[in-house]
Amino acid sequence: MNLTYTSREQVEVYRFAWPVAIGVPLAALFLQAFIPVHVYFFRAFDLPLLVTIFFGISRRNPITGLSTGAAIGIFQDALSHQPIGLFGIAKTCIGYLASSIGVKLDVDNPGSRFLMTYAFYIVHQMICYALRGMMGESPAWHWGHDLGLALANSLLAVVLFAGLDRFKQRT
Amino acid sequence: MESFFGRHKNATVLAAVLFAQLLGLATQIKTQTDRGSVRLLRYWAVAAISPLEKGFVHTQDGVRRLWLNYVYLRGVRQQNEQLKQQIEQMRIQQVRLQEDANQARRIQALLAFKEQYVARTVAAQVIGTSGTEQSRIVYIDRGSNDGIRHDMAVITPDGVVGKILTVYPTTSQVMEITDWQSGVGAILETSRQIGVVKGSLTGLPYFDYVMSDEKVQVGENVITSGGDSIYPKGFLIGKVVSVGPSRDLYLKISVKPAAALDRLEEVLVITQVVDKTPDTTDLGPIRAADILAERLPSVPQQKQPAVSPVVGEVPATPPVSGAAQTQAKPPASQPPQAKPPATGPAKSKPNQPVAKPKLPATQSAPPQEPRP
Repeated sequence: MNLTYTSREQVEVYRFAWPVAIGVPLAALFLQAFIPVHVYFFRAFDLPLLVTIFFGISRRNPITGLSTGAAIGIFQDALSHQPIGLFGIAKTCIGYLASSIGVKLDVDNPGSRFLMTYAFYIVHQMICYALRGMMGESPAWHWGHDLGLALANSLLAVVLFAGLDRFKQRT
Repeated sequence: MESFFGRHKNATVLAAVLFAQLLGLATQIKTQTDRGSVRLLRYWAVAAISPLEKGFVHTQDGVRRLWLNYVYLRGVRQQNEQLKQQIEQMRIQQVRLQEDANQARRIQALLAFKEQYVARTVAAQVIGTSGTEQSRIVYIDRGSNDGIRHDMAVITPDGVVGKILTVYPTTSQVMEITDWQSGVGAILETSRQIGVVKGSLTGLPYFDYVMSDEKVQVGENVITSGGDSIYPKGFLIGKVVSVGPSRDLYLKISVKPAAALDRLEEVLVITQVVDKTPDTTDLGPIRAADILAERLPSVPQQKQPAVSPVVGEVPATPPVSGAAQTQAKPPASQPPQAKPPATGPAKSKPNQPVAKPKLPATQSAPPQEPRP
C-alpha cells in the first residue's frame, strides 16, 4: 500500500476541460439512474460519490471540491424521494475532505485510492444516517451491508479512477 | 477580520454551503410537502434525465422486438404445439373452476359481500431509477397526462410493485415495496395474520405486527389486505422466507417480493377500483336447498333435544330444521340483505365476512383490522 505523505511542493494539481468537468458528473448521474433498470445490483454502487471523490482529489481545491459535491448531491436528491439536501450535505463534506486530503497525500496510486474510497463511503453513509436521525427518521443501520457496499465501491473506484485519469490536464 | 476569512476561506465556504443546505432541509421537514423551489428542482432534474432514459429504453425495446419478432424465431413451431396442448388442459380446468366461481359468487351475493374490482389499469414502462439503495424508486413513462395520480397502486402479473409517489406530466415516480419508508397493509394467506409489510434499507421487506407467540410458516403467501386504501385486497405481495424473533413483541418475518423488482420492465398502474356486489343474474335458477347448503356448509346434525333459545340470543350455528327449510326462498325473491341473523357473536359465523375498517393512508399504520 503506497499511502505516503508528500510535501506540498510534490503534489500535482490537475484541471479538467469544461466538457469533462460538466459531462462526467452528468453522465455519472444518468448512468446511476438508468443502469439499475437492467442491472439491479448496480444500485449498490454510488457513481456520483466516486466522481465527487475523483474530482476532489485531482483538483485539490476544497472550494471546487465541495461545490462539485454539493451540485452532484442535490441533483441526486432531486431524483430520489428524500428531502433535498441529504445527499447534498453528505457529498459536500466528502468533496471538501477529498480535496483537503488530496493536498496532503499521494492519491494517484490504486492502493491509496482504494482505502480512501472505502473510508469516504463509510463517512458518507454515516453523515446520511446522522441527518436522517436529525430529521426524526431512524432506519435500522446494517453495518455488514454498508461495509460490503463500501468494498464494492472501492473496487469500482480503482478501475473508474484509472479511466478518468486520461482526462486530467496538468496545470 | 479580513485576515481571518482570508486564512479560513475554505472552512468558511464549507460552513456557508452546509448551513444553506441544512436550512433548506429544515424547511422541507417543517412543510412536509414539496413546494416551490423544491418541487421545481425535482421537476428540472426529472425533466433533464427522463427524456434520455425514455430514448434509451424505447430504442432498446424496438431493437429487441425486431430481433424477437422477425429474426429469432427458432423453436416457435414447437412452442406453439406445446401451448395448444396447454390450452386444452386449461379449458378442462376452467370448466371446473367456473363452477366453483359461480358458487362463490352466489354465496357472496347472499351475504351482500362487496368486492373490489380493478376497473381500469394503465400499462407503463420502467425507464429509470433513483439509483440509490436508500431510495428504492423507479420512474415510469406515464404521468398525469395519462390519468396517473398520487397513491395509485402499481402491480405486475406476478405481484405488487409499489405505489405512485410523485406525478409529473409525462413521468411518475413509483416507490417500491422494498423502500424503507414503504408500508403495505397485508395479510398472511393461510394463517390470516394481519400486519404491515415494511421495506428496509437492505431491500428485503418484512411483515410486521405479528405477535411473537403466533405460528407462521415459511413459504406462506403474503397478500394485500386492502386496509390501506391504496392496494386492492388479494394481490400477492410475496412469500415468507424466514421467521425469527425480534427485539420487540413482534416476530421478524422476512418476505421475498413476488414481483421481480430486480428486472422490472413493464408495470400496470391501477387507475380505478370499484366496489360492487357480485352479479348473479347469469348464473341461472338456484334451488332453495342449495342456498341452505351454502349458508350452512359445515353444520353437523344435532341429536340433542331442541331447546328454545333465550330471547335476544341466537344460537351460534342454528341447527338445520324443517322450519328453517321452509323459510328459505329462491334468490329471485330474496333481497340482498337476506343473510343469517347478525346478532350472534362474530366467531359463531365463520363464513360471514367481517366488515373491515379502513386504515388511514399513512404508510406504516399499525394493523387495526379485526381478524376474519
